[in-house]
Amino acid sequence: MVFLEFEKSLESLYTQRNKLEQVGEESDIDVSPMLAELDKKITKTRKEIYSNLTGWQRVQLSRHPERPYTLFYIEEMSKKFVELHGDRYFGDDKAIVGGPAKIDNYHVMILGHQKGVNTKLRQYRNFGMANPEGYRKALRLMKTAERFNMPVICLIDTPGAYPGIEAEERGQAEAIARNLFEMAKLRIPILCYIIGEGASGGAIGIGLGDRVFMLENTWYSVISPESCSSILWRSWDYKEQAAEMLKLTPQDMHSFGIVDGIIAEPIGGAHADPNAMAKTLKKSIKTQLNELVQIPIDQLIKQRIEKYASIGKYELAE
Amino acid sequence: MMEGQSWFQRFKDGIQTATKFKRETPDGLWFQCTECKTTSTVKELKKNVYKCPNCNKHIRIGSHDYFDIIFDGKWTEYFTELKSVDFLEFADLKSYQERLDKSYKKTGLHDAICVAKGKVGRKSLIVAAMDFKFIGGSMGSVVGEKIAKAIDMAIEENTPFMIISKSGGARMMESAFSLMQMAKTSAKLTQLADAGIPYLSFLTDPTTGGVTASFAMLGDINFSEPDALIGFAGPRVIKETIKKELPAGFQKAESLLENGFLDFIVDRADLKQRIDDLLTVLNPPNATDKTVVQKK
Ligand SMILES: [Zn+2]
Repeated sequence: MVFLEFEKSLESLYTQRNKLEQVGEESDIDVSPMLAELDKKITKTRKEIYSNLTGWQRVQLSRHPERPYTLFYIEEMSKKFVELHGDRYFGDDKAIVGGPAKIDNYHVMILGHQKGVNTKLRQYRNFGMANPEGYRKALRLMKTAERFNMPVICLIDTPGAYPGIEAEERGQAEAIARNLFEMAKLRIPILCYIIGEGASGGAIGIGLGDRVFMLENTWYSVISPESCSSILWRSWDYKEQAAEMLKLTPQDMHSFGIVDGIIAEPIGGAHADPNAMAKTLKKSIKTQLNELVQIPIDQLIKQRIEKYASIGKYELAE
Repeated sequence: MMEGQSWFQRFKDGIQTATKFKRETPDGLWFQCTECKTTSTVKELKKNVYKCPNCNKHIRIGSHDYFDIIFDGKWTEYFTELKSVDFLEFADLKSYQERLDKSYKKTGLHDAICVAKGKVGRKSLIVAAMDFKFIGGSMGSVVGEKIAKAIDMAIEENTPFMIISKSGGARMMESAFSLMQMAKTSAKLTQLADAGIPYLSFLTDPTTGGVTASFAMLGDINFSEPDALIGFAGPRVIKETIKKELPAGFQKAESLLENGFLDFIVDRADLKQRIDDLLTVLNPPNATDKTVVQKK
């Protein structure tokens, strides 16, 4: 188990528990009453920690190395998934995956950022940072979905679009811009979920939809707290303050009306019980699809464009 | 609303630049080029459309300067009533409100973008032009809303639309709201496209971040000035990520042209004529009857 810095009290309880179990195995002492007592304490401590998370703590949770990623959810929620590869122009980006699948009776196109599950795979997936061909692959899949009348589901989890030389040369900005333009008028429902990190252009590049939801321990912002700290405070040391200032939690985003709702995670985060998380997510997807497919497509697109057109806070002078 | 006058006109008439706006351009008598270090008079510089008379470096100029260069004589500014608000009470080393107040005072502008309508070669054009001097030309709610309103006006009046981009990217002090302006402006551009109205995207030095990754790259025609920096990530961020020196000419307009992301690069002296030509060719005489123009 991996413990985050704010889970230290939990970590020491687990250490005690492990020792106690060992004692139980190596001797005749009945440790079960003490174990039960410890388990109660663990549950209580976990609840306490998790009922009062700061913005920065949610950022850390969203990056938990054991957190479930897109391919896990696809596997758990759907059947007949066929992964499709390549953007047909340049290559196949490993940081964005997707393909057609069945979620119960719904035929959908499901895609999302993919991070690696171990050190080697994290490299292979470029830490979930897509290059232009990733966004172009995503768009190709969406256009295919449009052709076959399949709703699009986007799972978002990225620390940002990759800032590299080749990414720039192949038009990272153009790829993201094109997706925004095409997604705004895609003639099929689009459903988006922030399942981990929602960093800036890299996130919104597959994040424009009819409904957008955030899992409970995720964040969505124009910039990561670290980069914000570095630019505005001119130091890397203000990430906690930046996280608070950016109002990047699901609660903040929901209160702004930028996201449509928050999906509850198991206590301790999605990684504490990935299967339960997948079930919750699947339930939400089905509920939303039930509603979205009822809306005539022209009306849906109109609502989609109007929703984004109405986002902004300003005042009228004079 | 504000009235402007072409600087050509003013130059001819010997009228000084309006003092109401503190322009991005140099004040005073002398100008030293940052590129070639040559000194020239500001008068010479202006006569040369704010390009160094010696090395042709295109000096950064503001929205009103561009309006003066592009439009025939008079132009009218719109939507100046929109003002940014510090609704998140964002504070880093300074508060957002302080930054705004300072920028109003320093620039005399209302925000990082100005929308104006005028004529180019007697053809109507609506232009939204960004100002780098206003918090780095950053895109917040006001920038997004002004673009949205300008697009509505273009559709209503069936008038071609142009954006002059010049931006460091998103306005962090508006957090997710600034991010959402990427979606907002792109979504509004689909309406302009559906209405069959040309959209010209003119990318000037510098155009980076969320602005490049939304409306700036979505023109029916994308064009730029020589040597303009255009990119998604800033050069410093890329250098820190890859821990290597960046190649010569990286993220410069000339590279983007070579890589296929720009239609052409135009010298500022030819800008007005080029826009005039585009407006002419993109508006075939029988466009209304939707038949294809074919010469036999
Ligand atoms: Zn010079």
